[in-house]
Amino acid sequence: MFYTQWEGFNPGKWSDDEVNVRDFIQRNYTPYEGDGSFLEGPTDATNRLWQKILELSKKEHDAGGVLKADTKIVSTLTSHGAGYIDKELEKIVGLQTDEPFKRSLQPFGGIKMAEQALNMYGYELDPEVKTIFTRYRKTHNDGVYDAYTPEMRRARTAHILTGLPDTYGRGRIVGDYRRVALYGVDYLIGQKMRDKDLIDGDMTPDRVRDREELSEQIRALGELKKMAEIYGKDISKPAATAQEAVQALYFGYLGAVKDQNGAAMSIGRNSTFLDIYIERDIARGILTEVEAQELIDQFVMKLRIVKFMRIKEYNELFSGDPTWVTESIGGMGVDGRTLVTRSSFRILHTLKNLGPAPEPNLTVLWSKNLPAGFKKFCAETSIATSAIQYESDDLMRPEMGDDYCIACCVSCMRVGKDMQFFGARANLAKCLLYAINGGKDELVKDKKTGKPLQVSPMFAPVIGDGALDYDDIIVKYEQMMDWLAKLYVNTLNLIHYMHDKYSYEALEMALHDTNVRRFFATGIAGLSCAVDSLSAIKYAKVYPVRNEEGLVVDFRTEGEYPQYGNNDDRADEIAVWLVKTFMNKVKSNYTYRESVPTMSILTITSNVVYGKKTGNTPDGRRAGQPLAPGANPMHGRDKSGALASLESVAKLPYEYSRDGISNTFSVTPASLGKE
Amino acid sequence: MTDDYWRITAWSGTLSLKSFVWAKISQTAVILPLFYAEVRVEGYVHSFESFGTVDGPGIRFVVFMQGCPMRCKYCHNPDTWAFGVGKKYTAEEVAKNVLRYKNYFVGGGGITLSGGEPMAQAAFAQELFALIKKAGVSTALDTSGVLFDANDPHKFDGLLAVTDLVLLDIKHIDDGEHRELTGHSNANVMAFARYLSDIGKDMWIRHVLVPGITDDDGYLKSLSAFIGTLKTVRKIEVLPYHTMGVSKYASLGVDYPLNGVEPPSRERVENAKKILGVTK
Repeated sequence: MFYTQWEGFNPGKWSDDEVNVRDFIQRNYTPYEGDGSFLEGPTDATNRLWQKILELSKKEHDAGGVLKADTKIVSTLTSHGAGYIDKELEKIVGLQTDEPFKRSLQPFGGIKMAEQALNMYGYELDPEVKTIFTRYRKTHNDGVYDAYTPEMRRARTAHILTGLPDTYGRGRIVGDYRRVALYGVDYLIGQKMRDKDLIDGDMTPDRVRDREELSEQIRALGELKKMAEIYGKDISKPAATAQEAVQALYFGYLGAVKDQNGAAMSIGRNSTFLDIYIERDIARGILTEVEAQELIDQFVMKLRIVKFMRIKEYNELFSGDPTWVTESIGGMGVDGRTLVTRSSFRILHTLKNLGPAPEPNLTVLWSKNLPAGFKKFCAETSIATSAIQYESDDLMRPEMGDDYCIACCVSCMRVGKDMQFFGARANLAKCLLYAINGGKDELVKDKKTGKPLQVSPMFAPVIGDGALDYDDIIVKYEQMMDWLAKLYVNTLNLIHYMHDKYSYEALEMALHDTNVRRFFATGIAGLSCAVDSLSAIKYAKVYPVRNEEGLVVDFRTEGEYPQYGNNDDRADEIAVWLVKTFMNKVKSNYTYRESVPTMSILTITSNVVYGKKTGNTPDGRRAGQPLAPGANPMHGRDKSGALASLESVAKLPYEYSRDGISNTFSVTPASLGKE
Repeated sequence: MTDDYWRITAWSGTLSLKSFVWAKISQTAVILPLFYAEVRVEGYVHSFESFGTVDGPGIRFVVFMQGCPMRCKYCHNPDTWAFGVGKKYTAEEVAKNVLRYKNYFVGGGGITLSGGEPMAQAAFAQELFALIKKAGVSTALDTSGVLFDANDPHKFDGLLAVTDLVLLDIKHIDDGEHRELTGHSNANVMAFARYLSDIGKDMWIRHVLVPGITDDDGYLKSLSAFIGTLKTVRKIEVLPYHTMGVSKYASLGVDYPLNGVEPPSRERVENAKKILGVTK
């Protein structure tokens, strides 16, 4: 059936009884090759709304980081009445709670974490809620700790695995919120009911779970409709106008953040989709450019005030209070047409209309074939605001097609078709120290004995005080990485099982295909530190220094050695080897729900915390000093300028690190040239 | 012969005998060394910068040569002064390294040889540039010109033949002030500029603006007049004095001669640009 709301759109597979947003975009969007001269400034209503938000932000800051917090009402899609910043001025409505800047209570990831977060900001959890979530309703966190093995707990305590999502929402799942606008909720419910009917036959645990999850998805979609009704909106049918499309899409996302306090709650790839509605309305004469920009400005404004109740350590780990509302923009289509539209400009223009902000994390999918006008506009906006993230579409498109988005900061997934089980990093620098000490931690003591904590099983340590032998170290390191990879994967298997069981993202998954591809996204930290350490052992002479217990706690290095970050193959080859080796070890393990293993090298700020938990390393780094972020060379060791440094990073094989490789690189404008 | 001459000769002695022979040959046939594999000139290199954006057009790979006869008071690289230290590389090794970045040179970039004083290791510079040019990449020589000798003007012809652009740093237009600032007369510098103009070699003139030393309007006008007599100046750059090199003096145990001198104000920089006719 062809809805009347679809009039003016070219039909295709998308309108032929199949949920297919990409097909809709491909048949209906208008590539834009011009410049930004058509753009309009903010309306009076936008300015006034933004002013109110700025005032609230100041109040929140003055109040120590949290302005208001729910202590009694558990957040669900329909838990709160309608909330507004200023109802008369808002073109796009909907807040996480019934008031702006009031943080919701989301205990399904873990009641302890929710309570701690409240206490840190001077709030008390309602006793009844506490009772319910400790006595009657188990959380994800409780499930995980019921099943953890002693070895998993030791690895956690010693921080060789860090950032495990075992006490809070895992996040990183991006619903295809465009579906709410394009199809309306009733249609989506119908599709999911059909999918559920198809799961029949022998009731294996997998089929039982699939049927139960589909029921939850269908229920969540029903709740989403009710949530919209609270705001007096009907999203049961497709959106008929640009305003309705933006509103419905935003409601989809709002439902997700009411349901989940995920570590990263990205929003997908929406601007070109919305452009189709905006251009249709402009052609019909029912929308002006000023009004179109107003819709986008106010949509982005809402994304800027997404907030979660989190503990202070979390904010320290990430140097701020990030929500990772990543919106992916632009890129090229597989047919060679650019996916840049006027709305790609409009969404970036919010940085000018509202001023720069870190959220939403506006991410341009960069290709050398992007239209020159758009490239120039991006460059100008970057210079003025420093608020755009760029990622290589040319690198990701061959594998992911042209309708993928970025979750969090670099992790790509096809919208509505892929999800991921993400979590934590394995600290490879620390793993090398374990290889040397036979799995005894160099910093953490066993609480019972007071001796160094034996984290892994007892492997053979390095013996004697002679210079470390590279071949011997490699054998030991490989053994330790075998152990670490297996433990890491199994820990995540357990965590994600529990998350599915106790904190399932029913709404987000309702906005995915039922036969979703799942990624198993692992991560590593300390790459450059491990590489330089191995290079030192190989090319210089590194002598172990032992403490009175015989534990190697320091190193004495004689001679020079090549360092990663100078485009020197001797060091860079070690980096390539390490990435491939660890990924292969991850891959050789069973991964939950037939998920596809991937790996990332992308600590952005948490490298500082990981460094604190890592002892002296053979490269000369002192205990407690930061590791380098992501795939960066160690601080100050890239001595041949930026290109040499970046070339080293560029050698890392993306095929073995599909979940992303980051390199943090700051430049001052003056260092990019004189004019 | 001046004292300078002997000092320069002494530094040239750091080149091997083989390279001396080669330098003689190369005056007649630049291309010859490419086939004459036995002869390998080594140069003393201070450091590399793979992403140079301020020393010539486009993205440039900058090779900082070790050793400089000048002792400019404002020098921010005093660690490049000493001769015969640093790391030795053959021209081939450096060329190979540079050419790995060829993809980045598409926007008009290339190699810049800086220092130190690259003309103090002219044989090395010449062989390196020949190899780079052979690969189709442009070459720029960042020099003070102080080693040029008007009595032997063809001494650097071999090097200049493989140099696309000279970044000529005129430290001071007044000879007395130049001596005071750098320890050398500016006669060779001026002669070099005229020579480059005469042989039709493109150059950029660069001038470091130091308050109280080079930012006098009268001197700037004289400099402008001199530049006006040159036919091949493609660009004029005013480089505001900065104090980023000061810490290096301390680590070298050398007193910093310009203690207390502050970088020029924006107004003075604009003033100098106006007098020198800098256009964007």
